Amino acid sequence: MSEVLVLVETADGAVKKVSLELLTLARGIGQPAAVVAEAGIDPASLAEYGAETIYVAEAAELNNYVVGPKVDLLAQLVAEKSPAAVLIPSTAEGKEIAGRLAVRANSGVITDAVAIAADGTATQSIFGGSIIVESKVSTGTPIITVRPNSSPAEPAPAAGTVVPVQVELSDGSTAAKVTNRVVAEQGGRPELAEAAVVVSGGRGVGGEDGFGVIEALADSLGAAVGASRAATDAGWYPHQYQVGQTGKTVSPNLYIANGISGAIQHRAGMQTSKTIVVVNKDPEAPIFELADFGVVGDLFSVVPQLTDEIKTRQG
Amino acid sequence: MKIAVCVKQVPDTWAEKKLSDSDNTLDRASVEAVMNELDEYAVEEALLISEANDGEVVAVSMGPERAEETVRKALQMGADSGIHIHDESLKGSDALATSLVLAEVLKDRGFDLIIFGSESTDARMSVVPAMVAERLGRPQLTFANKVDVDGGTVKIQRLTDYGYDEVEGASPAVVSVVEKINEPRYPSFKGIMAAKKKPIETVALAESGVDAGQVGLGAAWSEVASAAPRPPKAAGVKIDDEGAGGSKIAEFLSEQKFI
Repeated sequence: MSEVLVLVETADGAVKKVSLELLTLARGIGQPAAVVAEAGIDPASLAEYGAETIYVAEAAELNNYVVGPKVDLLAQLVAEKSPAAVLIPSTAEGKEIAGRLAVRANSGVITDAVAIAADGTATQSIFGGSIIVESKVSTGTPIITVRPNSSPAEPAPAAGTVVPVQVELSDGSTAAKVTNRVVAEQGGRPELAEAAVVVSGGRGVGGEDGFGVIEALADSLGAAVGASRAATDAGWYPHQYQVGQTGKTVSPNLYIANGISGAIQHRAGMQTSKTIVVVNKDPEAPIFELADFGVVGDLFSVVPQLTDEIKTRQG
Repeated sequence: MKIAVCVKQVPDTWAEKKLSDSDNTLDRASVEAVMNELDEYAVEEALLISEANDGEVVAVSMGPERAEETVRKALQMGADSGIHIHDESLKGSDALATSLVLAEVLKDRGFDLIIFGSESTDARMSVVPAMVAERLGRPQLTFANKVDVDGGTVKIQRLTDYGYDEVEGASPAVVSVVEKINEPRYPSFKGIMAAKKKPIETVALAESGVDAGQVGLGAAWSEVASAAPRPPKAAGVKIDDEGAGGSKIAEFLSEQKFI
């Protein structure tokens, strides 16, 4: 059985959940092999979630450049191992890695997949989630980026044999040098794209102060906070939390939209969420069309009540 | 300093988009076409850098005949000239083909900077700038919310999931910008009048050095097997808040095992 390469994404030296989801998904296509581009990552979770082989790059300076060295690493492994597919998390950087790898390996690339069949057919949800497309790479090695939270991570212990890889960095790959990394205050909340639960606020929140009730609800659920474009454009919440077209695309298990009307601009970034709860005072707001559970009412009375109720139930 | 700014014509951001029945490509005829919104920020950034460095801005677009409108819009904003890459054989080109054509057309024209918007609102892949950097072997300075040109060095702040990275590379460099980097100007009456006289060079595929077999729908590196509207969602519960709306949501979340 051919290998399926999974590029492991990390944060603060730990393996991110999406990597375990991708290893789980890889088992349906071939034999999962994790690819780690960072020193000092504990391989235990990768083996636990099905990695037969764990390729670990030996070069320390891999993360000193934008994207390129990871492309070098994957391109080298694609050439040596002829994998059945390469799976990469569908983040901004993941998609860039996939795009450059596709050029390098002369292979087709599919981004933003939400499912992959055994034959490599990928399911995508496009135009703001209104159309479901099934497509397949027809040239070279299928390179597919998969959205976080698309499928569950399920343990299936495997050998997890660590294989060191010497990476030859190409000139073009070291052309953009990272000179400094600045980490913004996350407030202890999970990362937006990866979060299992997202609580968002929009125009109805009314101002910067109004986001206090949104954050309180998010914290009661261990959720990330998102915002509609109306809210970020108005400067009520930082731009990096914008969900929608021109912002982040999220696909959590639970999405709670508060004071958001649901223009296509926003729906494009959250329509594939599994369960959607809506609070809006306008009964005609299009966002209600997506709601599994909707409340027509003032978010400033509904949301705090919900937060209190959650805290009570959690004891 | 010579700057290329790549602009794309897309269906109106706020319009519902659909696929054509015949070949599953985006139905571009049925909706109003506009300049991709994020490309307006790219044009603005190109103009700001050009103004500070006594430079020249060339607006570049690959697309059908009416994509010339989008090149013209960039000229109205202040770009000096345009390049419209237009060829029937390009229809249905994917990101790999698009990046190939752009790289071939741009590579020998002496550009110091090639600037893109960070994504198009139709395809939303955000991969073409990275692919062009890869093809040209030049620095990839993408997702910038700040660009500084210092002699032959280009420095950006690259937005990341955790904050931002400071990144630098030597020109010529490939840059993509996010919104919030600037406030795009509206074309002035004077700008609109001046744009009528600005030159737009039309480049056919044969002149780009790319073989017709490498582009278009037939040459796509991936193919669409099927496309269907998302099945309508089963109607959810919708209630009026009569004082217990929050508690009702909590009950629902509890039933669904979220709490």
